[in-house]
Amino acid sequence: MTVPGAWYLTLAAILFMVGAVGLLVRRNVLVMFMCVELMLNAVNLTFVTFARMLDDIGGQVVVFFVLVVAAAEVVVGLGIIVAIFRRRAGATADDISLLKG
Amino acid sequence: MDWVVFVVAAAVILAGALGVLTSRNPVHAALSLVATLFGVAVLFVAQRADFLAVVQVIVYAGAIVVLFLFVIMLLGVDQAENLEVEPLAGQRPAAIGVGLAGLAAIVLPIVFGKWQWLSGQSSVVGPAHSGTEPNVNRLATALFTRYLLPFEATSVLLVIAVIGAVVLARRPLTSERRGETVREEP
Repeated sequence: MTVPGAWYLTLAAILFMVGAVGLLVRRNVLVMFMCVELMLNAVNLTFVTFARMLDDIGGQVVVFFVLVVAAAEVVVGLGIIVAIFRRRAGATADDISLLKG
Repeated sequence: MDWVVFVVAAAVILAGALGVLTSRNPVHAALSLVATLFGVAVLFVAQRADFLAVVQVIVYAGAIVVLFLFVIMLLGVDQAENLEVEPLAGQRPAAIGVGLAGLAAIVLPIVFGKWQWLSGQSSVVGPAHSGTEPNVNRLATALFTRYLLPFEATSVLLVIAVIGAVVLARRPLTSERRGETVREEP
């Protein structure tokens, strides 16, 4: 017996919200970045579930693009983090407030 | 059998996600992230998205998490973060409240079976499962015909990301030539 898609969607929603809460709560920029990855994975799981429910390969194609964008985002984001840490060691997200209005 | 796979994978995913959320040490958070990514890959296999499961393991667990660990080690920021202090008063309850509200907004329509967003036509791009063609063939056919332009755009995106990473990561050329360890002005 196959698991209904609603279970997968609920799991993906929980995963997304854990990532969102982590992004709001944590101070370490690297961990915040990991929480963004959690949210992206939750969305990927949703897309694959809908691809199965609607019997449409388009959902899986979108997941492929999300993977590419996530890889590019991590490369640039970690480059920015390295550039920040080179100037000030041990910075948290609260310390990087130069652009604060 | 499907239920066993789903329940085990879901437990691994949620345990890993909560590990990312609660671990003080960034290295532990990265390892918890690996558990979550593997669990998602298992659920991809369970939903017959074989190619994406393999790519998930190779790209995410193999490249992205290694990159995270590499940066953690490079910067030496693997010291534990003190999670006891709350920098902004009342922020955590507010974040958890927002999270629960968002979760309710997503889950309640699912629970009550309001499938409005599922009323779309199925198999717009092509069938994902019906028929005998392997998953990789279907994905490749859709990717290289209907989604050819976005696919080419991703190559441009990757080139931009590589150039951006090089520009961000390299030190200024002048101070390097002189052999000085000049710190840039903040």
